[in-house]
Amino acid sequence: MRNRILILAGLALCLAALTWPVWRALASAPAPAPSLARPVGATRCVAPVGFMRTSHMTLLAEWRDRVVRDGVRTYTDADGRVVTMSLSGTCLRACHADKTKFCDRCHDYAGVKPTCWGCHVVPTATGAIVSGPAAPSRSSRPGAAL
Amino acid sequence: MPTVLLIAVPYVAAVLFLGGLAWRVWTWAATPEPFRIPTTTGQQRSLAGIAPSRVESPSTTAGVVGRMLLEGLLFRSLFRNVASGPTAAGTCPDPVFLERKALWLGAMAFHWSLLVIVVRHLGLFVEPIPRVASFVASVDGFFQVGSPSWYATDVIVIVALGYLLFRRVRDPLLRYLTLPADYLALAVLIAVVGSGVVLRYVARTDLIAVRQYTLGLAALAPTAPASPGAGFVLHLLSVSVLLAILPFTKMVHAAGMWLSPTRNQANDGRRRRHVNPWNAPAPFHTYEEWEDEFREKLQAAGLPIEREDGRFQNPQAGGGERGAPPAAQAPLT
Amino acid sequence: MAQQKPDPAQLAAVEYIPPRRGWRDPRVEFRKGTYNHAAARRHLEYLGLPNPRDWQPSDADWQLPANWKQIILDGMKDRLERYRSFRLFMDICVRCGACADKCHFYLGSGDPKNTPVLRAELIRSVYRRYFTAAGRLFGPLAGARDLTEDVLKEWFYYFHQCTECRRCSVFCPFGIDTAEITMIGRELLNLVGCNIQWIIEPVANCDRVGNHLGIQPHGFKDSLDFAADELEELTGIRVEIPINRKGAEVLFVVPSADYFGLPHYFTLLGYLMMLHEAGIDYTFSAYASEGGNFGLFASHEMTKRLNAKMYAEAKRLGVKWILGGECGHMWRVVHQYMGTMNGPADFLEVPVSPATGTRFDHASSTKMLHVCEFTADLIAHGKLALDPSRNDHWNVTFHDSCNPARGMGLYEEPRLILRRVLNHFHEMPEETIRERTLCCGSGAGLGTDENFEMRMRGGRPRAMAVNYVRKRHGTNCVACICAVDKATLPPLLEYWVPGVEVAGVHELLGNALVMKGEHPRTTDLRGEPLEGMGGGDA
Repeated sequence: MRNRILILAGLALCLAALTWPVWRALASAPAPAPSLARPVGATRCVAPVGFMRTSHMTLLAEWRDRVVRDGVRTYTDADGRVVTMSLSGTCLRACHADKTKFCDRCHDYAGVKPTCWGCHVVPTATGAIVSGPAAPSRSSRPGAAL
Repeated sequence: MPTVLLIAVPYVAAVLFLGGLAWRVWTWAATPEPFRIPTTTGQQRSLAGIAPSRVESPSTTAGVVGRMLLEGLLFRSLFRNVASGPTAAGTCPDPVFLERKALWLGAMAFHWSLLVIVVRHLGLFVEPIPRVASFVASVDGFFQVGSPSWYATDVIVIVALGYLLFRRVRDPLLRYLTLPADYLALAVLIAVVGSGVVLRYVARTDLIAVRQYTLGLAALAPTAPASPGAGFVLHLLSVSVLLAILPFTKMVHAAGMWLSPTRNQANDGRRRRHVNPWNAPAPFHTYEEWEDEFREKLQAAGLPIEREDGRFQNPQAGGGERGAPPAAQAPLT
Repeated sequence: MAQQKPDPAQLAAVEYIPPRRGWRDPRVEFRKGTYNHAAARRHLEYLGLPNPRDWQPSDADWQLPANWKQIILDGMKDRLERYRSFRLFMDICVRCGACADKCHFYLGSGDPKNTPVLRAELIRSVYRRYFTAAGRLFGPLAGARDLTEDVLKEWFYYFHQCTECRRCSVFCPFGIDTAEITMIGRELLNLVGCNIQWIIEPVANCDRVGNHLGIQPHGFKDSLDFAADELEELTGIRVEIPINRKGAEVLFVVPSADYFGLPHYFTLLGYLMMLHEAGIDYTFSAYASEGGNFGLFASHEMTKRLNAKMYAEAKRLGVKWILGGECGHMWRVVHQYMGTMNGPADFLEVPVSPATGTRFDHASSTKMLHVCEFTADLIAHGKLALDPSRNDHWNVTFHDSCNPARGMGLYEEPRLILRRVLNHFHEMPEETIRERTLCCGSGAGLGTDENFEMRMRGGRPRAMAVNYVRKRHGTNCVACICAVDKATLPPLLEYWVPGVEVAGVHELLGNALVMKGEHPRTTDLRGEPLEGMGGGDA
């Protein structure tokens, strides 16, 4: 029966589409977890690693709000250390000198496209300051794509 | 224990989902469609001077495809929904029909959001992340509100599910006819969406570890994340439950609706013969039996007959012997 | 009618509040006025149907066969394996409720079991209990119910409160068609001998004599001869009405009410005038003298058994094609079942109008044409001289009959005719016509006197739409193309909208049709004088 063949073909197509990730994964090598360039010199982050892994975006958003809205420029971490609340100035300059080997590795792996770089300048690995692409200022909030 | 849970549960769910779906569709496909019974919601194709409704009363395959796409993608039939409103007093007041697009809107919002969310999640299972997944995600996150930014569909799907639950509880008739299974479906969906939202915006997990795990699932070589967190476990469990029960509950309409004969058959019942594979013979009262019984009356009335004298068959075998004759006067319909 | 008619005000006060008792409780009260009498033993015996006995639905003991439950469950299993529609519609309903207020019986009764969704749940719950794992495991939680005698009685009650009009299936997002479910439900009931007289008696008559009314060949001829006499008196023209004539080009089959009921009879006059005027070489058959098919309301097998006569007779008479009269469920059968059940009709030819030369390709397989299609083609080709002013005493609206509307898509053909034969034509509200047409409330074998209250309830939404145009446009006539409509709309309208008459499309055509050589008409087909009649009551 033509009708039955049509339905089974449709079903096969559907099942193939639903299991596509499996075929795809079996056909290619597994993707390794991203390896990050560890900061040289610095040993402690402003918050525990576990927290930073899951929630660094909220910390950065909090910093932004305090700097921009409250005019507060410094942050005291749990250990009593005082740092300047600045993505480019502190995070990227003091510890994670190469964005491409730290931020981008995870973001690319997880498909997260933060909007930080619409406004913030990215210091190069050598320390020179390179302007980020011009972008509307409203997108200063980090976003994630999952 | 958690490791077993994280590895075994999604696979069992996937097998139930895919196997159940295939089994249901096979059962339907194996059942014949004996008759051509489209519900015609538009003008048939008949006379040259009358414009046929090519989609609402399709006479071609293209028309049927159009009709099914309208149903599947835009919920055409649900869009027709009007409420029979309260009428004025009196025995025969004007009929009142009220626009009622809320159900259509709720259904569209829910189903399309769900699709977007599924496509967004594709990035978890495929390396490199498919372009469609990142594109859908960027469109979905267009408003860039909050950190991590809120997806529009996360909000829409919650509102839509809330509405679908609310209308079931609020409307006395719907409440009356709703089964526990209907609440179960809504509850599981709310659990999936709720845990997903909590996982993203409140009790976050290590996304890198999760993607390692989900890519492993897809590659059939999974390793459970070391500390997935309660939010993630809850999300994974609820999604697994949804997948596992989907083929065995009303949610299987996702597959079944495409097979509905009142929608996917062309309105060509007189143009092309539809063949019934089990077309069982039904013995009927033949002309010969009929003439045998009424021959004298036919002759008296001067009506032409086949056998002026003699019978077609032995009266013992005739239809006249089956039970008592029915009354001559019967209802006028 | 023997019993007192209920007060319209009482029936109009419908409560839409569901009862406290959950719907899974199957008990029903067989209240007079809301159910149909059981079929007589002799008809079941004649037709060879199971469990013939003397009984009534109001009896406590229905005298079911000892193994009735097994019969029903076996019957369900069999049908689940033979009808994809049935199995699918058991599986995919989401109980969204979009269908609920689309059913005229729910609108008229407020009984939640008259919503399409719950009507289907009555049988779906049994399906779940005996045919699905979830139902077997979780019982009521999964919406499953045991099959008990009370459930069977409930089926009987509610599957005979559905006119199989398919309005719900227009609004269902999955196209779930309650007609399919009701039809299977009634088949199952037939297996244990639970059927109604108004369906089974016409079926028995039709099987043996040739038509629902049991009019024997000489009576059939008398009736048609009488029509010829009457037409001669009206027009001065003597029309030929051949019966059982071999070698005619066309076999003409009409619902039997057309030659024995009022106002159907005036439609018959209209057909005869049209056929004469178009010069069609046709014949009636006294053997296949029924277009309607009450078998459709009993079982698919019975549908096929009665329908088989049309092709058999067409073959015997050697005609080229078949023309069918104004009838609702007849056309559901012809359009959606006939070719499949009793075809292929390879001994016939594709219908071609001898008057216009039009080849009707849309009927190229079944080889049967609706009389409205045929007449509309004549009019479109200017083959009929029409004087619409002879219908000026009628202010007309058109009631789309359920089956030609939702089972065929026959919307514009009758309208094309009406617009050419009438000066006063107004449509009812959009939500109540075409694919959304509201049922007369008496179709599918429910048009009995004993079921009067339920019919009036079910037909009230239609009556309200008629009243809508009556108040605004002075409508005094509902035109329709269904024999059941013509039989049951008059009492319905008399009850809710007094002063509105019912007429067939071809009656109105007959009024307007200027026949060659006719003498000046002084009356319409009903014998009402033409002059001096305004737009008021007819």
